[in-house]
Amino acid sequence: MNENEKIDSAIDASCRVPLLALFGGAALWLVVGLALALVASLNFHMPEKFGNCAWLTYGRVQPAANDAVLYGFAIPAALGVMLWIFARLGRTELVLPLVPVVAANIWNLGVAVGLVAILIGDSTGFTWLEFPRGSSVLLFAAFLLVAISAVATFGARRRRELHPSHWFLLAALFWFPWIYSTANLFLIAHHPVRGVTQAVIGWWFADNLVFVWLALAGIGTAFYFLPKLAGRPLQGHYSALFAFLTLTLFGTWCGIPQGAPVPAWLPALSAAASALLVVPLFVIEITGCRTAWGSVKSKWDNGPFCFIGSGMDFFFISGLMLVAMACPQISRVTEFTWFGAAQVQLQLLGFFAMTMFGAVYYILPRAAGFEFPFPKLARVQYWVSLAGLALFILPLAIGGVAQGMKLRNPQIPFADISNSSLMFLRVSTAGQLLLLLGGLIFALNVFGLTFKWKMALLKSLIAAIKAPLEIAEVKS
Amino acid sequence: MKTGFHVFLAAFIALGASWCGFVLAPALQLGTAKQAAVLNSSDIYPVQRSGDATLGLQVYRASGCAACHTEQIQQTGVACEIELTSVGKNPAAVEKQINALFAPSPFLGVNFITNDQNIPYGGPPSIDISHLPQIILNHLEKSKADAVVGGITSAGGKAEIHIIATGTDIARSWGLRRSVAEDFLWDDPVQLGDIRVGPDLADVGARLGNADWQLLHLYTPQSVVKGSVMPPFRFLFETRKIAGAPSPDALHLPEELAPPAGFEVVPTDDAKNLAAYLLSLRADVPLYDAPFTALQASTSAPSNKK
Repeated sequence: MNENEKIDSAIDASCRVPLLALFGGAALWLVVGLALALVASLNFHMPEKFGNCAWLTYGRVQPAANDAVLYGFAIPAALGVMLWIFARLGRTELVLPLVPVVAANIWNLGVAVGLVAILIGDSTGFTWLEFPRGSSVLLFAAFLLVAISAVATFGARRRRELHPSHWFLLAALFWFPWIYSTANLFLIAHHPVRGVTQAVIGWWFADNLVFVWLALAGIGTAFYFLPKLAGRPLQGHYSALFAFLTLTLFGTWCGIPQGAPVPAWLPALSAAASALLVVPLFVIEITGCRTAWGSVKSKWDNGPFCFIGSGMDFFFISGLMLVAMACPQISRVTEFTWFGAAQVQLQLLGFFAMTMFGAVYYILPRAAGFEFPFPKLARVQYWVSLAGLALFILPLAIGGVAQGMKLRNPQIPFADISNSSLMFLRVSTAGQLLLLLGGLIFALNVFGLTFKWKMALLKSLIAAIKAPLEIAEVKS
Repeated sequence: MKTGFHVFLAAFIALGASWCGFVLAPALQLGTAKQAAVLNSSDIYPVQRSGDATLGLQVYRASGCAACHTEQIQQTGVACEIELTSVGKNPAAVEKQINALFAPSPFLGVNFITNDQNIPYGGPPSIDISHLPQIILNHLEKSKADAVVGGITSAGGKAEIHIIATGTDIARSWGLRRSVAEDFLWDDPVQLGDIRVGPDLADVGARLGNADWQLLHLYTPQSVVKGSVMPPFRFLFETRKIAGAPSPDALHLPEELAPPAGFEVVPTDDAKNLAAYLLSLRADVPLYDAPFTALQASTSAPSNKK
């Protein structure tokens, strides 16, 4: 073992417990979220079944599912990956390793409280901000705790120059507290703003969380792993810088729907920013492709590489869908249809979840010091998730466009439109089932590995107890 | 980007700018919004919702109705229609004036009215002057409508211009005009919704203004609206034994859903409040931002038909 590898394994060991805590919670909430999404989708197969059960009604289960995946899975997984990348890039051990462990538990408590609150009807009624006040406070505090450890690790770095991943991940650390506190203070605090200002701030928050935050964390992760897995440096330091600046500059202004009942300058500004967003989308895709190119064949059997490469492509597609929806001509068709849901789910489950799967499959065996119990299943999960995404997103997108076309024709009765969308929704349920299967495989691997680690701990503990006393001790 | 401080600065500027644009500016511009004057009336809009309707909004929020329903009507523009109210002393002159509008133009080969591509009519309208007032033309631009009314007036007749909002939502009779910021002044939380799994509800109180119908629809959507995909909200109702006289609130359910003999299905307070909220959703007055001509009786009065 040379010097470098020694440092690496010391860093990995310092991250072990925090990462197991963060990734374990993430895997659990992913399964919960995907299962809830499946339940929500069952409403389109048998609407009568849930009529007597308030907490299984579509309007509660569907936001609960989205929040479980975003707050339960996506953010903690990203935080874990971020801590490890900061430690590795800085060639320094994780600073304050116990803080993220505490934070992970607070975070999981917050998510649990929030989900129960939504299901019993205590949702706040704002998209992506459904968790009530108490839960938001827990999440905010937990995020700050992890951020403290991450920033301290960043500050203690031994290699001083910054990697492109640093920009994206540091910006993500800064982004979330700002947007989350703004949204909670303006919308949920004692004196919320009045009227449609609520909706505008809600859209601003949703865009900055679901598009910009996920993009920052996901691209930051991909820009670390793609060069590492492809075996060559990131192709284009300056194009990465350009992508970072344009993504943060334009991405934050998207998200106001074109037909919204608000002063016209808001959607107009949003449409202009969305059009400009094409620039970072292409730069990121080209940078990713140039880095991964040539190594594609040789690395195709490499699980993490497949996951992260596909994730980058899904980011490109979902970004283009976002741009398209902001174009006034297209938005007249896609607005108020399933197309928007398809974009959000592609961003969340296509781009972000795939990137995180890849990162966790790479990091966790190293950090824990154990191989996954079923490493071969990673490939199965990849293909299952890919098939699930195709069956889930494509029907929603196509069905959304068909629905939009029909909505534009007042001669078609509304009941016919909603009934013809049902076929697409029912197909997408099959996709959700596959996605849940993929999530279960992921959880199986993560929990299996945690179990192995705990058994090893137990064994070493027993061994320590059983070990014969040393002669020196006996003598004294 | 040499140091963490540079990254912080870049992120701060980017996010701070959009914070000022999409959080601070709307809060300043709309935060002090007041009720607006209703066009051609001394009323102000919107009126605060009643107590049960305000509580009903919370049921709407808790049940996640906005996951499937929007509360925002859109329109593509406005068009004018002309109502002939009187032909005066010389009906023939008025008729001649109107027919002249449809005479082919010597240069373009089209006439004054139909060179506007939105006009579906090919020839002059047939006017039955014994039934006035009567709509004689519609889908006109404002300038043309003014010209037509000018011609009719000069011939001694009288005509009115009605402003009608256009667009798919209006054509589906989901509302009379687009939704504007004023409509949501009293709502907390504002439930705009972003997907139309079900129909738009911005004006549902004017469209389906019967509380009994709303309650029955919440209990069993499919037996009221054929082909509805809405899940039933039976948890907002209570099936209980009839004690003494049957409750006046009890639902009149179709045979196959009726409770066993001696039992009745009554709405809980939540259900009643939700119905009150739905009835309070009425975006049916003209405003400066969204003008239209409010017609008497036929459209603006609450109708109890489905």
